[in-house]
Amino acid sequence: MSAVPPFVERVRSALGDERLHVALGRATEALRSRRASAFASLEDSDRVRDLARKAKLEVLADLASQLQRFEERLVANGVEVHWAETGEEANRLVLEIARRHGVKRIVKSKSMATEETHLNPALERAGMDVVETDLGEYIVQLNQDRPSHIILPIIHLTREDVGAVMHRRIQVPLSDDPRTLAGFARAKLREEFLRADMGITGANFGVVETGTICLVTNEGNGRMVTTLPRVHVAVMGIEKLVPTLEDLDLFLRLLARSATGQKITTYTTLLRGPRRPGDECGPEAMHVILLDNGRSRLLAGDDAEILGCIRCGACLNACPIYKSIGGHAYGDTYPGPVGAIVTPGLRGLHGWSELPAASTLCGACRDVCPVRLDIPRMLLGLRRETVRTEKTPLGLRLGLKAFGWIAPRPKLYRAAAAAARRLVRARAREGWVRRLPGLGGGWTQARDLRAPAATTFQEQWTHRQQTARATGSTPGASAGGAGGAGVRRQQAHKPEAASGAGLTPAERAGGPGGAAQHPPARRR
Amino acid sequence: MSDPVQLFHTCLVNEIGPEVGMAAVRLLERLGHPVGVPLDQTCCGQPAYNAGFHDEARSAARHMLRVLSATEGVIVIPSGSCADMLVHQYELLFRDEAEWREKAHAIAGRCRELSQLLAEEWPRMPAGARLRARVAYHPSCHLLRGLGVRDAPLELLRAVEGVTLAEVEDQEECCGFGGLFSVKQPEISGRMLERKLAAVAASGADRLVSCDLGCLMHLAGGLRRQGVGLAVQHLAELLDEALP
Repeated sequence: MSAVPPFVERVRSALGDERLHVALGRATEALRSRRASAFASLEDSDRVRDLARKAKLEVLADLASQLQRFEERLVANGVEVHWAETGEEANRLVLEIARRHGVKRIVKSKSMATEETHLNPALERAGMDVVETDLGEYIVQLNQDRPSHIILPIIHLTREDVGAVMHRRIQVPLSDDPRTLAGFARAKLREEFLRADMGITGANFGVVETGTICLVTNEGNGRMVTTLPRVHVAVMGIEKLVPTLEDLDLFLRLLARSATGQKITTYTTLLRGPRRPGDECGPEAMHVILLDNGRSRLLAGDDAEILGCIRCGACLNACPIYKSIGGHAYGDTYPGPVGAIVTPGLRGLHGWSELPAASTLCGACRDVCPVRLDIPRMLLGLRRETVRTEKTPLGLRLGLKAFGWIAPRPKLYRAAAAAARRLVRARAREGWVRRLPGLGGGWTQARDLRAPAATTFQEQWTHRQQTARATGSTPGASAGGAGGAGVRRQQAHKPEAASGAGLTPAERAGGPGGAAQHPPARRR
Repeated sequence: MSDPVQLFHTCLVNEIGPEVGMAAVRLLERLGHPVGVPLDQTCCGQPAYNAGFHDEARSAARHMLRVLSATEGVIVIPSGSCADMLVHQYELLFRDEAEWREKAHAIAGRCRELSQLLAEEWPRMPAGARLRARVAYHPSCHLLRGLGVRDAPLELLRAVEGVTLAEVEDQEECCGFGGLFSVKQPEISGRMLERKLAAVAASGADRLVSCDLGCLMHLAGGLRRQGVGLAVQHLAELLDEALP
């Protein structure tokens, strides 16, 4: 893999790209609302999701023997099966198959697995002619770009961008009309389909029971790629298995709804081996390459659940981080929340620990995941792993170590908090802080900081209790009996100063109070 | 007289927004609850937990469990985020320590986020809550998706005569606070903040209300930086203000 710039630079360049911002905002919003209405049409959708999750987790729990069974079925169907431990091995296998069959021209349908292995450059280096036939991937290839979304590879481009790329690379008249552009691509790709010797696909699902490879596409290119050329090679991650055709039905109901908001994709292709005597079409030879590339290691770890991902992309569309920085900033094949788990999982945490850190843990991904993957929990796990095995900023490490020591010591905790409060208050004007040093600088880089209160809640509360008791008034008086600890200890802690406790008129007027008393913020 | 309750006021309320805690106390007392405040409470440990420092988080969590276990009654928390920490994360944090996991489980069962409790008991509140305000409500993520509390805050706002709810685009999208995330990823956080504030501005609201002081500090700080004078308030403050 070529060197990826540091995460902070990737983020900065994404955030500075106004066109990207607009393109992402529009596309993710459309996808989110389409997904929502598509799910409304799925009867008992919660149950379907639960069943799908269960089926997937069961396969994963028993993956080795499921794979064995799958291989047996494939072989019985006349498919040649290969195993690739790494991406390079998968690429080498593809190349060997191509050479064995005297292949020169290859067409591909969309496949994340071959993105992951960087298959295209490997084939091109070996002198093969490779053409992507999914419209989005075709544009990616023409533009020498990389996909930035699992489902919509060119979500980062506007249609004007697409028109310009096609005009420049395949010399068609400049246009920004999607229909016209698709027409140009269709004519061009039709020639490629007819000339190709070999078709390469991924696999959306592999059905163990029948040894079936399932592909879903909207453009029909998957069908062309698997029927017109002499040879078909499917590169499939070992986690893509589902037990039975009945289970497949569950996943098909979920996948299109989650991905594009369709009830079902335009083409659902089930492949069970090469052309048989009497078949009208189909390849003479069919190969399946089962790709590990780090998946076994993931399976053995805490985040095995992520292998249940069906690559629908719904978590990307729901994620406010993805929406802000787009897919390229994630730096590898799989972007978004799922990428933040899968990338460190497949490649190791070193060099990728910023991905799980860059999340607010808002949980929007978990809410939309068709198989209910608990992505926030896995992000938290990877953060813990980062602390164990990676370098973390010294300031943060020391700060949190100190926190861990002080938190169980209330007196010390209060003293430390009071000191911090005083320090920050000293920098405040009109109740607000514009700039903080050190770690706090991250806060004031993006927003002002409301100055801490002159008196803490505990001080105000204690003062109120004492006043109430002294005057014999009711509000807090009854509270004494409520919390043993509270009552017993409240005498021990005195307000900073008698006048400082409670809501003084001065604080109400000038201090950082509630909204009603809040002075409107002013421009500098 | 209602049952006594314990207030876990949270560290942000203690240090930065004591008025939220005082409003919560007044609301609970109006419902007849004697309120106790365990003064030895410190922090739930979430900042360390979310940063991956689980030993440090456990140290804070053990202390909180000790303090809270010594009390009785419902534990009321004016923060969806801290409540989620106690309700869901403590048990994960102690998954390998049976004794503490059980303690965590017992405490989790006693916790109520403030708006949950208020919404349930609002019918007992003295009538006459009234306030003229057009409110943009921001559902904080841990309240909404962590605890699954979607309707309670909205029901409370609707119960106040004169309050209208402004429609905020992508209302349930995260504001970009995320605890230490806001400090460690200020650029992404800032972009999310801008988006949220633009949606709030477009809603025509005259105040912005949420149930988490963290989000509110982030949102208020963003408004202040933009020079926008929109009032920002915890739901407890609004309700306290609205009651006669």
